Amino acid sequence: MNNYIFQSTLSRKNLMAVTGLFLCFFLVIHLLGNLQLLLPANEANASFNSYSALLSGNIFIRLISYVLYFSLIAHAGDALIITLRNRKTAVKYVYDDRKQVSKWYSRNMGVLGTIILVFLVIHFKDFWYVYKFGSLPYDRNGNKDLYVIVVSAFESWWYVVLYVISMLAVGYHLLHGVKSAVRTLGLYHPRYVKYVQLIGTIYSYVITFGFCIIPVYVHLSQFGL
Amino acid sequence: MKVHLKVWRQKDAKSKGSMVNYDLDNVDQHMSFLEMMDTLNEQLTLKGEMPVEFDHDCREGICGTCGMMINGQAHGPVPGLTVCQLHMREFKEGDTIYVEPFRAMAFPLKRDLKIDRSAFDRIIQSGGFITANTGMPAEANNLLIVHETAESAFDSAACIGCGACVATCKNSSAALFTSAKISHLAKLPQGEQEAAKRVLKMVSKMDEEGFGHCSNTEACEVKCPQGISVLNIARMNWEFNKASLLH
Amino acid sequence: MILDAKIPAGPLEHKWSHYKEHAKLVNPANRKKLTVIVVGTGLAGASAAASLAELGYQVHSFCFQDSARRAHSVAAQGGVNAAKNYQNDGDSVYRMFYDTLKGGDFRSREANVYRLAECSLSLIDQAVAQGVPFAREYGGYLSNRSFGGVQVSRTFYARGQTGQQLLLGAYQALMRQAALGKVTLHTRHEMLDLVVVDGKAKGIIARNLDTGVIERFAAASVVIATGGFGKIYYLSTLAMGCNGSAIWRAHKRGALMACPSWTQVHPTCLPQSGDYQSKLTLMSESLRNDGRIWVPKLENETRVPNDIPEEERDYYLERRYPSFGNLAPRDISSRAAKERIDAGFGVGTQKNAVYLDFSKAIKEQGMDKIKEKYGNLFSMYKKITADDAYQSPMKISPAAHFSMGGLWVDYELMTTIPGLFAIGEANFADHGANRLGANSLLQACVDGYFILPYTLANYLAEELKTEKINTDHPEFVKAEGAVISQLNQFVQIKGSRTADSFHKELGKLLYDKCGLSRSAAGLEEAITEIKALREAFYRDLMIPGNAAEINSELEKAGRVADYLEIAELMCHDALSREESCGAHFREEYQTADGEALRNDEDYCYVSAWEWAGKDMAPVLHPEQLVFEFIKLSVRSYS
Repeated sequence: MNNYIFQSTLSRKNLMAVTGLFLCFFLVIHLLGNLQLLLPANEANASFNSYSALLSGNIFIRLISYVLYFSLIAHAGDALIITLRNRKTAVKYVYDDRKQVSKWYSRNMGVLGTIILVFLVIHFKDFWYVYKFGSLPYDRNGNKDLYVIVVSAFESWWYVVLYVISMLAVGYHLLHGVKSAVRTLGLYHPRYVKYVQLIGTIYSYVITFGFCIIPVYVHLSQFGL
Repeated sequence: MKVHLKVWRQKDAKSKGSMVNYDLDNVDQHMSFLEMMDTLNEQLTLKGEMPVEFDHDCREGICGTCGMMINGQAHGPVPGLTVCQLHMREFKEGDTIYVEPFRAMAFPLKRDLKIDRSAFDRIIQSGGFITANTGMPAEANNLLIVHETAESAFDSAACIGCGACVATCKNSSAALFTSAKISHLAKLPQGEQEAAKRVLKMVSKMDEEGFGHCSNTEACEVKCPQGISVLNIARMNWEFNKASLLH
Repeated sequence: MILDAKIPAGPLEHKWSHYKEHAKLVNPANRKKLTVIVVGTGLAGASAAASLAELGYQVHSFCFQDSARRAHSVAAQGGVNAAKNYQNDGDSVYRMFYDTLKGGDFRSREANVYRLAECSLSLIDQAVAQGVPFAREYGGYLSNRSFGGVQVSRTFYARGQTGQQLLLGAYQALMRQAALGKVTLHTRHEMLDLVVVDGKAKGIIARNLDTGVIERFAAASVVIATGGFGKIYYLSTLAMGCNGSAIWRAHKRGALMACPSWTQVHPTCLPQSGDYQSKLTLMSESLRNDGRIWVPKLENETRVPNDIPEEERDYYLERRYPSFGNLAPRDISSRAAKERIDAGFGVGTQKNAVYLDFSKAIKEQGMDKIKEKYGNLFSMYKKITADDAYQSPMKISPAAHFSMGGLWVDYELMTTIPGLFAIGEANFADHGANRLGANSLLQACVDGYFILPYTLANYLAEELKTEKINTDHPEFVKAEGAVISQLNQFVQIKGSRTADSFHKELGKLLYDKCGLSRSAAGLEEAITEIKALREAFYRDLMIPGNAAEINSELEKAGRVADYLEIAELMCHDALSREESCGAHFREEYQTADGEALRNDEDYCYVSAWEWAGKDMAPVLHPEQLVFEFIKLSVRSYS
């Protein structure tokens, strides 16, 4: 294998695609865990905390988490390199109406990605960092009580709004990203492309809706709704 | 009808260019866009001014020579056309029309609307062919190619090399052009033999020439006069991945 | 001058193989010492350049376009003929030879035409190997369709873009050689003169169109493959840049021009809609397989075509030529259309068109089948006219299309200047007085792939012994000086008319007097008018800018200046031929029912013309056509 293969624009896109798709897979696991927050408060508390404990205790899961960290960093870093090259090759027209022929979110994956990145920093700081390194109370089962942290975070409306906006960014990012990743990896058969695109679209809607509904639900449930 | 033109004028690659205004009366709606440009040029010539240089040749949409950004869109507002097939009936009395060259880092400007697309030739030189010397071939019907495969290969081979895909791409990517050739040849049994070598070389050349990444916005497919499908890009990626892993 | 066509002796079917077996060869080690210039990158030029480079010669390839892929072969739609007889319908090399000879009204050489038919077999193999996606049957075998002037299906096609696909095959082969360093590409270069040293072609002077710089190129041999000059009519199916300058300047250096007035006027083009029009788009002749041509029986008909009942339609081709009907050869179809239009039955706003109607075919075969066969042509029609041909008939009219005439060449495709070869449409060789549909792609390819590599070697084998000429030679200096002074002359006139305006005037004049029908009186008038127009050109031309920059007006001026001379030769040619044959129809020589009246007694020859100098009458050198193997017959399609 010669050297240039690694430097090729197509290899860069492959890295984006593979890491992106792994993150998509992770989002499913994440959403499944979060859905436990929709259970009645008592059950949710216990179940969510034990799920969190499971995720941090297991060596297999821990290995996966390293892949996850790598994917996040590689996806963002690679995006930066790609964007820089595209910046260099991009041109300016005095009158530019090229936007007519493509979707806005497909042209603005970088912007959407940046929003997501900012969100992730907040998200990590508020939950992941607190869970890993902060001092947390323990619940009845002896698990760290992440549930309390989550519920208290979503008590403020602006925090919920921040989450929902970020999830919409994730949604649009996925809408183009899944399709684009599959193309980058080389699925070219027209029929299967159609199926995969349909699945990608459904997936994007489900993930977005799922992640949006949870903070809203948790927020509203403090008023006993 | 009357139109106001704003045309990009630039003496050569090194000079600074700018938009210049021209008002044109007596434009017939049956005129093609290039015939309208001819009319403008005739007026300029008779005034002793340099006419607007633009690329054009066959004027029936097949040679791929013409191409300009009209009102910010490659080959103008109507999808599936080259500029020479665009007619003035698509515009209204008194319209202001912006005319600019196809722009890309890999397409240096020569003068006004004329550009250098030799990067495309070099991509083909790097591997866009089947190695078959004159005189070697076997009887044509010994190679069976089912109807659907032949038609699908044709769909990819129909590219006219105009560069609209590059001009309309926000990253100036040549993915559609390059992939159309890779995919045309990879689909056919006679081209399959050297598919791996071809894709690696052509993709590397494409990068070297200074085209950007494909970010799958699919604008190229919409603006392609031949309607070349973005699935060709998927095919190129597939061939590339296969070749990278196996060769 | 006695013209020797150098036709090999022996039976017709052995002539070419006999030639190949006895032609001189060049040792592979010596080939790389020989440089060959190929001007033009269409099917003939690209295939020749690629094939010669494969053999090991150093090739310099020139084209005025910005890429070799854009030459006008790209626009050929219908297909390419080959006598494969895949359809089992009675085709054979001999049948194809006879059809082509008869189609050309017996005004071409038997041996050349036979070779064309013979080599057609390998061409299809070659194109398939290069990846040309010809139409295929469901089982995977190659598909065929029929074309005008023949009764078998021998046309191979790639939808309506056969020329494009064949050209891309040749272009890719050329690019491969360029990457290997065997071909040096000179795109955006226009040949402005031929350099002849000691009577042999030894190089060219070319202008770099992107910089205006005049450059000299020396070689052991020069091949001209610059296509036809039908653009002389201004309105034609050709590309804007197509021109006759390379062959004309070679002509002025001593190469004879043969039958320059034989221009094919294609029957199925889109009609002119206004004065501003720059070209007439061709609609493939393949449409005549399923489309029926008609005009209303009523003069000044005002109803829309679909409202005109069947019995009030005049299917004039079916009426006049029952056995070939709508598939009558091009010259006959065009003339029949002109006859109806001139008689006042033309349709459309300018009354200059006839209908091409698909309603019967759609009814019989279904919309889907017609869409599959002609979809891209129908959509092209819609793009240009905004009309839907599925709903109402197309409007078509004849337009100048192909030059049967060109540089006179012998069997080896060499002109009367040793070392100067002409291939493809640029030469006069295989098509006689009328070319059959789908034979032009064939001839261009066969010349470049299969003939020139042998005949050029036969010439170059001797050239190895002669001293190599370089570009410092006085002949180069002289030729370059002449080119520069001509360009400066154009720029300095500073008159009040554009080159295009002269071109348009010339085109109209030729259409009227040296077009589909000609008369002695008209041609004599035309010669006087052309002379006057030429004087006006050198008095009143306006070229802005200068010669040392990109200057498309200057490019046009050079081409128009040559057209103004070629046009006069065309008229002399048409005037001297007192018969009607193929595309050449003299009003004085027709049968009672308006068909062409050929005169084999007096005119069974190729008219080869010698340039006698500025403002001198050209000198005719007839090359008698000898028919050893077939009997001349009246060309009847009724």
